[in-house]
Amino acid sequence: MAVKQKLVFRFPSSVVEQPIIYRLVKDFDLMVNILRADINPNKEGRLMLELSGSESDYRRAIEWLRSEGLRIMNLKQQIIWNEDRCTQCGACSVICPSGALGLRRPEMRVSFEEDRCIVCELCLKACPARAMESLIEDRG
Amino acid sequence: MGKERTYEEINQKIRTGKAVVLTAEEVLDLIAEKGVSGAAKRVDVVTTGTFGPMCSSGLFLNFGHPRPRIKMSEVYLNGVPAYAGIAAVDAYLGATALPPGDPRNRDHPGEFIYGGGHVIEDLVAGKEIRLEAHGYGTDCYPSKKVETSFRLSEINEATLYNPRNCYQNYSAAVNLGQKTIYTYMGILKPRLGNAYYSSAGQLSPLLNDPLLKTIGIGTRIFLGGGEGYIAWHGTQHNPSAARGENKVPLGPAATIAVVGDLKKMHWRWLRGLSFLGYGATLKVGLGIPIPILNEEIMSYCAVRDEEIYTQVVDFGRDYPHGESSELGLVSYAELKSGTVRICDRDVPAASLSSYAGAREIAGILKGWIQAGDFTLTPPAAPLPSAEAGIKLQPLPQRNPYPGGM
Repeated sequence: MAVKQKLVFRFPSSVVEQPIIYRLVKDFDLMVNILRADINPNKEGRLMLELSGSESDYRRAIEWLRSEGLRIMNLKQQIIWNEDRCTQCGACSVICPSGALGLRRPEMRVSFEEDRCIVCELCLKACPARAMESLIEDRG
Repeated sequence: MGKERTYEEINQKIRTGKAVVLTAEEVLDLIAEKGVSGAAKRVDVVTTGTFGPMCSSGLFLNFGHPRPRIKMSEVYLNGVPAYAGIAAVDAYLGATALPPGDPRNRDHPGEFIYGGGHVIEDLVAGKEIRLEAHGYGTDCYPSKKVETSFRLSEINEATLYNPRNCYQNYSAAVNLGQKTIYTYMGILKPRLGNAYYSSAGQLSPLLNDPLLKTIGIGTRIFLGGGEGYIAWHGTQHNPSAARGENKVPLGPAATIAVVGDLKKMHWRWLRGLSFLGYGATLKVGLGIPIPILNEEIMSYCAVRDEEIYTQVVDFGRDYPHGESSELGLVSYAELKSGTVRICDRDVPAASLSSYAGAREIAGILKGWIQAGDFTLTPPAAPLPSAEAGIKLQPLPQRNPYPGGM
């Protein structure tokens, strides 16, 4: 059975210099689509990506990654739309590059499709009412 | 000449629950079916609404005296300074005020997480607010410092007084420059990357009464979820702006100053906002009922987004330098579609004001009137309109000041 999953990897500084992606492709035969990657000043890495491949390969890969010290979370639900804070202006709709945030017409109300979110976090500061929240940042 | 109605006739119908009230959006369907004349015969009141960032907003406060008494000359609410150059325990908190320690734009673009608008939202939400006040001490007001906390219900007055709200139309903003800019019209991407506008268009109060024939001083309105009144024309009031054939201004024009009791308002309609790289402000919900006194008034309420145009302004260079842009006009129907044609390019467009909010406000106001709770007030005096000959002036710049300092 095929698997396609968007994930967030957090890895400690000790693992940052390892060729994680290369191993995922070469040893586990997975397709990797990197959405975003960064390394913070403490040299901890954060990688957002989509993995696809067979379910058994995927499971083996996740097991291996965990054994290497990576923390793995589902990318979905990392960016939260606080609807009670949202004033329904739609300013976010021209900032969001993936089309996850948009304006439903003719209702003229904001919609957030988590599946399309690539966790670029541009919406966090572009929303004047600060209705968008990132759990990734909070978990430090 | 169609039927004429007086305010008193309309109010009598409101009191007996017989008034026919439609929102400025709903009335469009009726007009499409029955025509302006037919709709004017049936409808007594059209309600409007808008819910957008309005920087020229703020709050007069009276805290009551501590013991011993104090003449406050410096006041901070949750760290945000309020103007204390009025009587002893009075102050004015402006929507864009920032704590002295806020980094502003030192690390550009600044975030402006918490300002005067946020304090107003927290107050009206019933949250406890930290108060720090300093005085220099006088024989009658000996205290020099007070530090305490309070809730809205525990102070004598909190009067929202907004010197300029509810712009009759507003420019659509774009950026022709080469880098992203951070403005009060939002984040504008370079090379016409996006456009922002800020008006409810066909639902917007002053666009439904373009010549201010019914909206005047003393008009009772929906303000921040409670009742308010129009106090005066707003600052920068410019009824002389260019108009289309339908009398609707083609850019920013009339404004109003509004006043109301914060204690009767709701946080949903007074929201603190943070504009990246620009500052903090307040999003104000405001709605005005329009009495359908005759067919002419109804003809103004018949205006649709397709017939309301606004100017496109380049905020990359023209606006900051005080120069006019020649980027043409776009309609609110185009803007609201999400894509607008500017300089032969399709530009993604979005709003800073909330159309869904405007629609909800017009609906709430309609409900109040239908319930008999909200009657209409004839203006105590009209606001200056197109014939007043008002001209907006730039600031004189005499440099150096001839008197010297």
